[in-house]
Amino acid sequence: MAELPHDTDPKLPPAEVADVIPPHAHGWWSQYVFSQDAKYIAIQYAGTATAIGLVALVLSWMMRLQLGFPGLFDFITADAYYQFVTMHGMIMVVYLLTALFLGGFGNYLIPLMVGARDMVFPFVNMLSFWIYLAAVLVLVISFFVPGGPTGAGWTLYPPQAILSGTPGGQSAGIVLMLLSLILFIIGFTMGGLNYVVTVLQARTRGMTMMRLPLTVWGIFTATVMALLAFPALLVACIMMLFDRLLGTSFFMPTLVELGEHLSYGGGSPIAFQHLFWFFGHPEVYIVALPAFGIVSDLLAVHARKNVFGYRMMVWAIVGIGALSFIVWAHHMYVSGMHPYFGFFFATTTLIIAVPTAIKVYNWVLTLWRADIHLTLPMLFALGFIVTFVNGGLTGLFLGNVVVDVPLSDTMFVVAHFHMVMGVAPIMVILGAIYHWYPLVTGRMLNQTMGHIHFWITFLGAYAIFFPMHYVGLVGVPRRYYEIGEPAFMTAPVDGLNAFITVAALTVGAAQMVFLFNLYWSRRHGHLAGSNPWRATTLEWLTPVVPPEHGNWGEELPLVYRWAYDYSLPGAPEDFIVQTDPGPKAPDAGPS
Amino acid sequence: MQDPPLKMPQSPPTPGLQGFVDDWSSDQRAFKNVSWGKAMMWIFLLSDTFVFGCFLIAYMISRSSTVSEWPNTSEVFALHIGGTEFPLILIAIMTFVLISSSGTMAMAVNCAYSRARKPTALLMVATAALGAAFVGMQIFEWSKLIHEGVRPWGNPFGAEQFGASFFMITGFHGTHVSIGVIFLLIVARKVWKGEFDRDQRSWMCSGKGDYEAVEIMGLYWHFVDLVWVFIFAFFYLW
Repeated sequence: MAELPHDTDPKLPPAEVADVIPPHAHGWWSQYVFSQDAKYIAIQYAGTATAIGLVALVLSWMMRLQLGFPGLFDFITADAYYQFVTMHGMIMVVYLLTALFLGGFGNYLIPLMVGARDMVFPFVNMLSFWIYLAAVLVLVISFFVPGGPTGAGWTLYPPQAILSGTPGGQSAGIVLMLLSLILFIIGFTMGGLNYVVTVLQARTRGMTMMRLPLTVWGIFTATVMALLAFPALLVACIMMLFDRLLGTSFFMPTLVELGEHLSYGGGSPIAFQHLFWFFGHPEVYIVALPAFGIVSDLLAVHARKNVFGYRMMVWAIVGIGALSFIVWAHHMYVSGMHPYFGFFFATTTLIIAVPTAIKVYNWVLTLWRADIHLTLPMLFALGFIVTFVNGGLTGLFLGNVVVDVPLSDTMFVVAHFHMVMGVAPIMVILGAIYHWYPLVTGRMLNQTMGHIHFWITFLGAYAIFFPMHYVGLVGVPRRYYEIGEPAFMTAPVDGLNAFITVAALTVGAAQMVFLFNLYWSRRHGHLAGSNPWRATTLEWLTPVVPPEHGNWGEELPLVYRWAYDYSLPGAPEDFIVQTDPGPKAPDAGPS
Repeated sequence: MQDPPLKMPQSPPTPGLQGFVDDWSSDQRAFKNVSWGKAMMWIFLLSDTFVFGCFLIAYMISRSSTVSEWPNTSEVFALHIGGTEFPLILIAIMTFVLISSSGTMAMAVNCAYSRARKPTALLMVATAALGAAFVGMQIFEWSKLIHEGVRPWGNPFGAEQFGASFFMITGFHGTHVSIGVIFLLIVARKVWKGEFDRDQRSWMCSGKGDYEAVEIMGLYWHFVDLVWVFIFAFFYLW
């Protein structure tokens, strides 16, 4: 290789590996369809996740229509309702949030932010998307098979998940669900190995781990967690598939169904719950950590200030990631496990509140006396902080065994997790799209539509989920098709339920404004220029914006500073990009 | 906050904890002198460890929760040779074969370091042959048990989870061995044809003119062997 002038930059260690040019596309198919470029793969992931997410959004409308106006719609039968609940949950958690954060944002941002030309294994990365697409298609097919999709609830608890009383239990529904999950895990593993190795081994010169933007830290840690948590789900899926198809009894105890003695015996349904939640709880943080990382960057850029306590933020991300593997059984307080387990898991659960609170304080302190620009990404970031604190506080209730037992399986739980891992991460996703849309397309999203979208989404989400806490406290159980007015309920909730439904329909409709904005601004948005938010991070510093194949043109970028040099006293501008080798600003204080 | 110039990694790596800290606080690579492919294999194996770990733990839960008696493995897996019952004899031979294949694999990797083309290829083929022999004996064992009436949903010896766990765990491990045999043969063929001696990039060949694919294959193969040791201990001996 010819030695480029910057290879000998005295301030940085020499290049350790040769600059590898990623494989070029030959023609339309390999450029746009079977693309090996992480940026195209990211768009493919994001598009597929959004499409299946819309299905889940419509399903949530159906559920709310039934709860708000019971009996008004004939096509929503009890079976259909359970199927809506199940598919809504599974799609939103796995096929939308996980895929969008890791496959979408991860693929687009990791190579750009660490200064790599692409992911380290572009071919494997491409396979990852196509297997993910196959998983989504299998899931979609399950809507059209006789018996419909599974209605077992997104947790798929046996024994009911594979019995005839559950929709899809003895038809193809549950089988397709399990196959789809297995495919998803295989596809994700291929992508996940790429993301991890790219962050660890393919950074550019000068880019140390402690100079990475927090976005990369969040996605990286979440990917490591996913690689260790999805195996439990894989094993649980395989075993349940055997129970359903081969008649094994891993999770099936002796059962009498409709007077008939089933051939199962001796299995442990609780074993499935342990496996499921060993995946399921880290999964919450697999969704949350990328959101934590991204929101930190949004706050820093749009408040023109460095992230408060960067190192603590990194350690909090890593700490949350590690702790989240030893809290899973707090989902199982009422499953009949040993009370000492409850004691242990309640303790670890509450310990997680410590690093999480560190992060919240640091976000607030980042905003403290900052030059806050109320741009759309900032609005969504602020919406996230408020929503996350709300959801986190109800988490303290549910994490304690004695408080959880009466609240378990009520709408309070539904309100809690929708706030903390539904609304909050989606606020970040939306803010992130407003933030990085100019990078991807070269144009800004429309402001007016954006404000309509934000205010309806933000206020609407509270209109949905605040009353839902109360509905739960009154005693309405979750997952019930129809509740009526049983004696244990202390107040009627019909009016509230109708109100929540109207709010849910409105918020859903607002997302259509957003989708239209995505489409419209592609052609008609204001031209963004190369660095519209005046950000410091590498993704905005490519020679051509939007970045082209190989990202960096002739020379890889050189990194001389961390990602958060905003509003430095004495500096000519209020930001200094990571590639700026310039002398230390006079009054920068201790570094 | 502009950091001071980074430390130059010209000097040999620092040993011990300080070296670890230096590597992780450096730029470009956290694992110095580890290629992308090798890093990926290590991380994949970590993930796969969790898969097998979950399988084994799920099997232990099944075993402790079932209400019927667990079959005595040394009787079930005994072979009747020349009028004598040899408990676990086939499993012992299988284990011996698989561990031996790790030996030939290690020798292949050693030859690869010195770029000895033919010995590397031959030792890899030997490893693949031992692996295939292992799978063959596994097939024999499966057919014997199926012949005796062991099914995933029940068996004549006791708890039905016994057959289910047996087929699931050995099947999953056997699949790993079979995939390994296929890739061993593919890599051996590439070694034999000298693809790793050229500077040309091709499938599974970084074009750096080194034999690293052999070493990465070795990582996978030793892992599969190691997993077998745990299966042997927890399923057959317990």
